[in-house]
Formats: sequence, C-alpha cells, structure tokens
Amino acid sequence: MTDPESNKYDVCVIGTGMAGMAATLFAANRDLSTVQVGHTGEIIFTSGLLDLMGVHPVNAKHLWHDPWAAIDAVIRDLPNHPYARVKKEDIRTAVEELLAFLNDAGLAYYRRGDHNSEVLTSLGTPKPTYAVPQTMWKGVEALAQKPPCLLLDIRGLKGFSARQIAATLQEGWPDLKTAHISFPDTEHLSEVYTEHMASALVLSRNREKFARIVQPHVNEAQVVGLPAILGLYRTNEVVSHLEQLIGVPMFEIPTIPPSVPGLRLKEAFERGLRLKAVTYFSQKRVLGIRHTADGFFEIIIGRTDTEHTVLSRAIILASGRFIGGGLHAGRKRINETIFDLPVSQPGHRTEWHRRDFLDSRGHPINQAGLEIDDNFRPLNGSGRPAFETLFAAGSILAHNDWKRMKCGAGVAIASAFGAVKSLIRICQ
Amino acid sequence: MNSLQTQVLIIGGGATGTGIARDLALRGVKCILAERRDINAGASGANHGLLHSGGRYVSSDPGSAIECREEAELLKRLAPQCIEDTGGLFVAVEGDDEKYVADFPQLCSQCKIPVKALDVKEARELEPELSDKLIAAYMVKDASIDPFKLSMENISQAQNLGSTLLRFTKVVGFEKNNKEIRTTRLQDIISGEEIIVEAQQVVNATGAWAGEVAALAGAHIDIIYSKGSLIVTHSRVTNRVVNRLRSSASADILVPGGTVSILGTTSIRIDDLDQVYPTVEEVDTMVDEAVKMIPALETVRYIRAYAGVRPLVGSRSASDDRSVSRGFALIDHVHDGIENFTTISGGKLTTYRLMAEKTADLVCRKLRISAPCRTRTEPLPESQPARWTEPGLAPKLWLRHHEPEDILLCECEMVPKSVVDAMVSSIREQNVQPDLRAIALRSRIGKGACQGMFCGVRVTTYLFDQGELHPEQCLTHLREFFTTRWKGQHPTLWDKQLMQSELLEALHCGFFGLEL
Ligand SMILES: Cc1cc2nc3c(=O)[nH]c(=O)nc-3n(C[C@H](O)[C@H](O)[C@H](O)COP(=O)(O)OP(=O)(O)OC[C@H]3O[C@@H](n4cnc5c(N)ncnc54)[C@H](O)[C@@H]3O)c2cc1C
Ligand SMILES: Cc1cc2nc3c(=O)[nH]c(=O)nc-3n(C[C@H](O)[C@H](O)[C@H](O)COP(=O)(O)OP(=O)(O)OC[C@H]3O[C@@H](n4cnc5c(N)ncnc54)[C@H](O)[C@@H]3O)c2cc1C
Repeated sequence: MTDPESNKYDVCVIGTGMAGMAATLFAANRDLSTVQVGHTGEIIFTSGLLDLMGVHPVNAKHLWHDPWAAIDAVIRDLPNHPYARVKKEDIRTAVEELLAFLNDAGLAYYRRGDHNSEVLTSLGTPKPTYAVPQTMWKGVEALAQKPPCLLLDIRGLKGFSARQIAATLQEGWPDLKTAHISFPDTEHLSEVYTEHMASALVLSRNREKFARIVQPHVNEAQVVGLPAILGLYRTNEVVSHLEQLIGVPMFEIPTIPPSVPGLRLKEAFERGLRLKAVTYFSQKRVLGIRHTADGFFEIIIGRTDTEHTVLSRAIILASGRFIGGGLHAGRKRINETIFDLPVSQPGHRTEWHRRDFLDSRGHPINQAGLEIDDNFRPLNGSGRPAFETLFAAGSILAHNDWKRMKCGAGVAIASAFGAVKSLIRICQ
Repeated sequence: MNSLQTQVLIIGGGATGTGIARDLALRGVKCILAERRDINAGASGANHGLLHSGGRYVSSDPGSAIECREEAELLKRLAPQCIEDTGGLFVAVEGDDEKYVADFPQLCSQCKIPVKALDVKEARELEPELSDKLIAAYMVKDASIDPFKLSMENISQAQNLGSTLLRFTKVVGFEKNNKEIRTTRLQDIISGEEIIVEAQQVVNATGAWAGEVAALAGAHIDIIYSKGSLIVTHSRVTNRVVNRLRSSASADILVPGGTVSILGTTSIRIDDLDQVYPTVEEVDTMVDEAVKMIPALETVRYIRAYAGVRPLVGSRSASDDRSVSRGFALIDHVHDGIENFTTISGGKLTTYRLMAEKTADLVCRKLRISAPCRTRTEPLPESQPARWTEPGLAPKLWLRHHEPEDILLCECEMVPKSVVDAMVSSIREQNVQPDLRAIALRSRIGKGACQGMFCGVRVTTYLFDQGELHPEQCLTHLREFFTTRWKGQHPTLWDKQLMQSELLEALHCGFFGLEL
C-alpha cells in the first residue's frame, strides 16, 4: 500500500480510452503531475480511425466532406453537444497535438488536406473519417482513384472476404481482383487471428515467406489491400519491407474487433505517455473516492481490493459509457458508476431504444450522459458543478451520439482538451 | 403464371399445417402446403415450448387438460427427439390463493393427470432457485418441446412421401363455383409471381390468420387475438418446468430448453396481426411478477424476447357441433356453402397431432378415402433439416467430431462451419435460397449473447464465399438480420445486454455505417 501523502497529484485521469489518453497527454504536456487509472482492452479503440465529425443531422444522413463546417453546423443546431463548449481553435490545437504525439510514438496518421476521407471497411462499406493510420492511407487513395487493385483474404480468418468486398465495390472499379491465400506456417491451423499474423510479420523472415505467397497474385495490380495485419510493432518497417519485396504499395483494411490497429493505438499511447512521467495504473479500477476537507480527492485504486491510495487536486472523469463502465444501466435507471452523478436520460426504459435498430434518428439512450457546465464540470442535482475540480470528458457526456454522428475520437479529444484547459484555469 | 394440381392444399406452415401434411401423406394423400413466410413463422415459432402435462388446465378447462395429457404421453414416445423430458413443478408462494392450491391434486386426479405432492423443502432441494416464500409444491409430467424441430420433421416426412412445400407463398384469393373452391390464387411474395392451385380439398391451417383467409373464401369466423410475449435467459435457470400454482396470469411459467430458460407469458388483446412484438412494459411486468416464484429472475441475464398470437376462436364456432373440443376449432365450411373448405385453428402445440388427425379424418371423409390415421402409432422419423435448432446441439456435435478445418462461425452458440454447410444443403433440398434469414431460422445463430454482432458478419461472408449470396444481398441481408434480431433484443437491454448492444451499434453503425 502506498502512502497517500507522498502520492499527491495535480490531476487524476480516470479512464484509458481515447478521452482518458488524450486528457492525460494534454495534462502532462502542460506540466501537471498526472496519474491515470483504467483497464482498457484494445476493443475500445477498435478501428484505429479518428473521426472528427461526419454526419449531421443524423436523420437526414447528411455526410460532410468538411468536418470543420460540420462542427459549425452542430454547434449551431445542438447547443448541448460537447463541441459547443470548446472553441474551434482549441479543437484544432487538440487534434494537432494528439496526432503529433502519436506520430512521435511511431503511429503516423494521414489526412486529405483538412477534409474527411473514405476508408474501406471489411464489409466493403466506405467509412467517412478524419485521420487515417498511415497503413490504410493507400486504400483511401485507391478507393478514390480506382487503379488496378488486388484484395487479399486469408484462409481461416473469419468475417473477412475479399470477394465480398470486391463485389460490393465492383461497379466503377473494373480492375479490382481478389485472391485467397494461406498465411505462412498456418497450414495446420483451422483458424487464424489478425493479432498473431501481425506479430509474425514483425520478423523479416516471415515477411519474406509472406511475400513469396502474395507475389504470384499481384500481376497487373498497382496496389494490394489486405486485412490489417501489417505488423503489431514497427509497422513502417514492416510495410516498406513488404512493399519492396512485392513491388507495389499495400494498404490495410480495418477488421472487426479485436483489431490490430486498435492494439497499435493503445500501445502507442502507453509507450508515449510513459516517457512523460505519468503515473499509470494499468488494468486497475477506481474503487472509491473521498473528497477531503482540504479540497483534495482521495482515490482508492485496485483490481478488487485496495492496492493504492492517491491524492489529487482534480479529477478528469473519462470513464466512458456502458462498454467502458462509466455508466451502468439497471432495469429501471442509468447510473454513473463512480460518483453517482445525475445522468441525463429518457424517463423510462421504454424510451431508451427505438424498435428499428437502424432508425435514422438514432436511439435516445445514446443522448444520455452527464450534463456539464462550460468548464466541462458535471452538474449535480441542482444544476451546479458537483465538485469545484471534477471534470468530465469523452463519451460519458450527454447529447453526443458519436456512433451515428461519426465523432467518437473527435469529441473525446476535444472534450479532454476543454477539461484540461478549464482545470488549469480553475486550479490556479 | 404457374398452375399446379393436388388432392389437398394446406394453407399455413405451422405445427398444425405441417402436422396435417404428414398425417395425410401417411394415408397416401398428396398435398401442397403453402406458407406465406417460412416454416413456423406464426405462433408455432413464437410459443413457450411447453409440452403440457395438462396440469395447467385442470381447473379452467378439464377437456383440454385430458387432451394434453394424452397427447403429451404419445409424443414423448413417438417424437422423443423433439422433447426434453424435464418434468415439471407447480408451486405456490405466500399470498397465493390457498383454495386453488388445496383443490389442485383432486382436480388433477379427476383428469387422470399424475401429480405428486412435495414438501417445500424437497422442492427447493430439487430446484434451488425457488423462492424461500414457497408454500406448496407438486410434481407433474411437464416437458419441453422444440417446435422448430417438430414442424421441420413433420414437413420433411411429408415431402419424402411426395408432398410439396411452397414457402414464401401466400394465399391471396379463391375462385369458387356455386358450391366449391375451384382454384386458389397464391403469390410468391419474393418474385411477386402468381401461382394457381387446383385442389380437391382446401385446408385453412393459418392459426390466428384463419379469419382473414376464410374471409377470402367468403366464410366468416369470429376470432379474437391475444398476444403473448416471452423472454429468454442467457443460461438455464431451473432443470424442470416451473409453473405458478394459481389460475393463469402473467409470467406464470418458466420452461427450460437446452441451455436456456424461457419466461412467460403475457396475454394482451390486439387488433392488428402485423403489430406483434414484445414490449419493454411486458418484460418489466413479467420480471416483476416472476421474481416472487424465482428471485434469481431479477438478476439473470436475458438475451431476447419474442411474441406470438393465440387465436381465440369465438362463440359461433365454439358452439359449432363440429368443434371437437373447447381447445381447438375444426370448422367444416359446408355451413357457409363451401363444400371443400375446412378450417382448423386454436388449440395448442401439445395437441397439434390430434388437431391434424381430426382435420385429416374430415378431409379424408370428404375425399372418400378410408385410410386410417398412422401418426398415433408411428414414430416421427428424425431428419437432417431439423437438427440444428436445439440449443446446445451444435456444440455437442462440434465437440464430438471436431474436424481440423471446422471453425466456429458463431461463438456464443458454438455453431461451426460444418453445421452451416449442412443447413445450406438441407435448405437447398427444400428449394429455398440459403441466406442468413433461412439459416437464422434453422439454427441458434444470432440468438446468443452477442446479438449476432460477429456471427452475422461471419456467416454472411462465409455464404458469399460459398457462392450462396449475390453481392448486393450481403449488406441488405445483414441489415435485415440485425433489424429482425433487434425487435426481440430491445426490450431486454439493460446491464450486460445493454453493453453488448452498445458494442453492436458501435461496430455496425459507428464503424461499418450500416445505417447510412
Ligand atoms: C466497436 C467500436 C468501433 C469504433 N470505431 C470508431 C471509429 O471508427 N472512429 C472513432 O473515432 N472512434 C471509434 N471508436 C472509439 C470511440 O470513439 C471511443 O470509444 C469513444 O470515443 C469513447 O471513448 P472514451 O474514452 O470516452 O470511453 P471508453 O473508450 O469507453 O473508455 C472508458 C475508460 O474508462 C475506464 N473506466 C471505467 N470505469 C472505471 C473505473 N471505475 N476505474 C477506472 N477506470 C474506469 C475504462 O476502463 C476505460 O478505460 C470505436 C469504438 C468501438 C467500441
Ligand atoms: C405466446 C404463446 C405461447 C404458447 N405456448 C404454448 C406452449 O407452451 N405449449 C403449447 O402446447 N402451446 C402453446 N401455444 C400455442 C401454440 O403455439 C399454438 O397453438 C400452435 O403453434 C398453433 O399452430 P398453428 O400451426 O395452428 O398456427 P401458426 O403456427 O400460427 O401457423 C399459421 C401459419 O399460417 C401462415 N399464414 C397466415 N396467413 C397465410 C396466408 N394467407 N397464406 C399462407 N400462409 C399463411 C402463417 O405465416 C403461419 O406460419 C402458445 C401460443 C402463444 C401465442
């Protein structure tokens, strides 16, 4: 057990999803002593794509090419949306700061000018997003220009059919070919997993074997697309070596979770933040919090039993929704799990969901979450900040249907920035 | 236009219609069975799956109770592959009507229904999840029956004996001459194509839709519709069927089947047969009520809900002297001036065979065929197409002969590739396109905890790779699959299932953009 007095921090970030990672980064970059707690799997980063703002209004299915114009429209139409509480310059600063950090951590992101791009998914649907991992970028270009292209799928990899993707895209893309290959040394396996193949490709010996299998299928193709398996680490090296062996550029297609791009994103954050002297309690939870008389939070951390106690001047609550664990739904009510903060929600469970899964208006439950003031402080029952120095960021915030609006990472990053900025001002 | 001829046209592919097809086929009568959608699209695919011992009806309807007892005993012998002989309990808790409790054994023995009184402690040892507020318990011979398998086996044997199944084929009208239906007009609801069937006899076995179909022939049947909803738990809660010992009310029965338990049911009058879905209110009512009997039902994980309609055939037909019992209505429309038209409706899954027998008897009399009924004595043969619906069956087979190339396409319900292949070929044999919907109907795919999130995609890509799906069908079918599954899932979304549905939407809308 650690002694709380020697564990005093400026801020404790609860959550290691996109919002928690971003908040920790922004705080550490501003020289706040920071402790972070969470228990993240890569599942919550899944695709590796960073959406900023894609669809608004959702019921009109209006797709935006320019995410910044889309943000303007959202701020105008939805004054409670988290974007409405951050200055646009701040959103830009936040996104740039985060992408620069990921770049330094070895995970480069590409963008089309300042606009949204379309990425090919493993179902063959075009996914509008803002920042795209380098490994997927040539797919974005290929989707736009439709050069002769080869799509590969792999024996034993479930839920990924190159032929199906190609068939969905065939129209207007005549030179789209497919091939079904076996990953080296998996002949004895009935099932293969992206994560295993991605770690195998970190070794150059395996890349050579893999290239020998792919090579004969390339023919006229000018670019080769395949499920996201191009190296769990050292992706740049993996990709350029393979491209050199095969002779044409390659791109990854993001797959259903658990996915390699999600894993890379998680690892890049953990690697990069380690260098910034952040205290990181990984795979741990906040078990309890007490607000002390002198305005500190005493935070109890552990898996199931108390393992550490830390003191922090402020908290950024980035504990996510139902998957993350920040919200919990009983049969009658939705609760916030750590502070039991009031959760803005539909009156009754009958109103949580619509009867049609794909209803274009989205499900009301996705609007539920924490109400905040302009400083990203969650409100208590009487509409005032619950604590002077408690802030919230990410998907736990109300009025933000990120799944339909395609703004998941964007809102997480922007609200984390907003929270850190307010925290600095208020705590000074 | 397609024109077909047959001795008997059966309308409706539920337990009753498929049962009639088999019964007639065994008497050497060739039939065409026309089903608007797929096998068991009506009440037969949306019921509780309880093979009634009869105990439930001893007080309200002794006639039905006796029928249930006789038929259940018969089916346990002749169709054991469709039945899990779980046994059942009737239990009362504090506050329940004590007179009802006291009369129960006497009423049972009047109907010759075996019943054994247990002391409360004994009952709780048998079923530890029972409430500690139990005041009485009786053991009866209830069992659980797989309605999909049952109908599939019935239709398979009929087909093997030369009958024809037309799925996705709806009856839309009749041409009559002065005393008879001359031809029946049907429509292929997928292609829109019209089919004309010339049959000597027409049987209307459309359950709740019987009134609508009879009206097409100019005959009138009074029917009241009662919707019932049910909820499926993630894992099995009790080993036996558990009935609340009181006169029928909501959420009285918990029926185990394979790896799950099913809680039900409600009874709500409805006017519109196309508006049949389970609601959040019904789920809440049932859980609130059922916890009095089994407290764990408050905290168990429910994975989906569904609803079916019971047709309550009204006074006119009930007073009809041809209605064999109060349990079901067999109507000879000779009274409406149509000599070759018969309606069978109402009743229970448990008595489907008896209903089929009585209907076939009448039809054969009209056809002047004297062949006796054979379903009363001959076992129901086990056939391929019906094998994969039983919860827990796919895993058992997969574990038993696991081939190295055989990967699991559905991990929650453990449905491997080989099972999907087997289904594909048997669906082909029934002249149907093997798509996600047909596979979902015949297996547990998409019915497990993951709500079809992963297996939906896997089965789609697999079917596509096998050349079973056209490219433009993949996304359409996937959307339809999720939309259909969702209707049953949304009333049970809280706690873990809500997390699951959030992940489902994050993946399929957030990432794949299926809603766009
Ligand atoms: C299937 C899927 C697809 C996605 N696709 C995209 C996409 O295409 N584009 C995109 O931009 N984004 C995508 N996302 C990511 C999504 O944008 C983010 O998950 C979302 O923004 C939420 O981030 P968050 O950090 O607020 O919450 P989460 O990511 O849910 O993180 C919550 C964190 O809080 C922690 N926590 C909760 N309770 C406690 C506690 N008591 N103690 C300690 N820690 C706790 C959890 O452990 C977790 O680390 C996808 C996510 C999923 C699941
Ligand atoms: C909620 C509920 C729970 C139940 N629980 C039990 C139980 O536990 N045990 C028990 O023994 N019984 C139970 N029952 C009763 C049992 O389900 C039914 O009695 C039985 O399934 C009726 O079968 P059926 O074939 O007569 O009707 P259905 O199964 O309804 O079949 C009628 C068929 O006709 C088709 N059809 C309709 N119109 C047309 C048309 N124009 N052209 C072609 N086809 C058409 C429909 O698509 C449908 O498939 C329950 C019923 C309900 C509603």
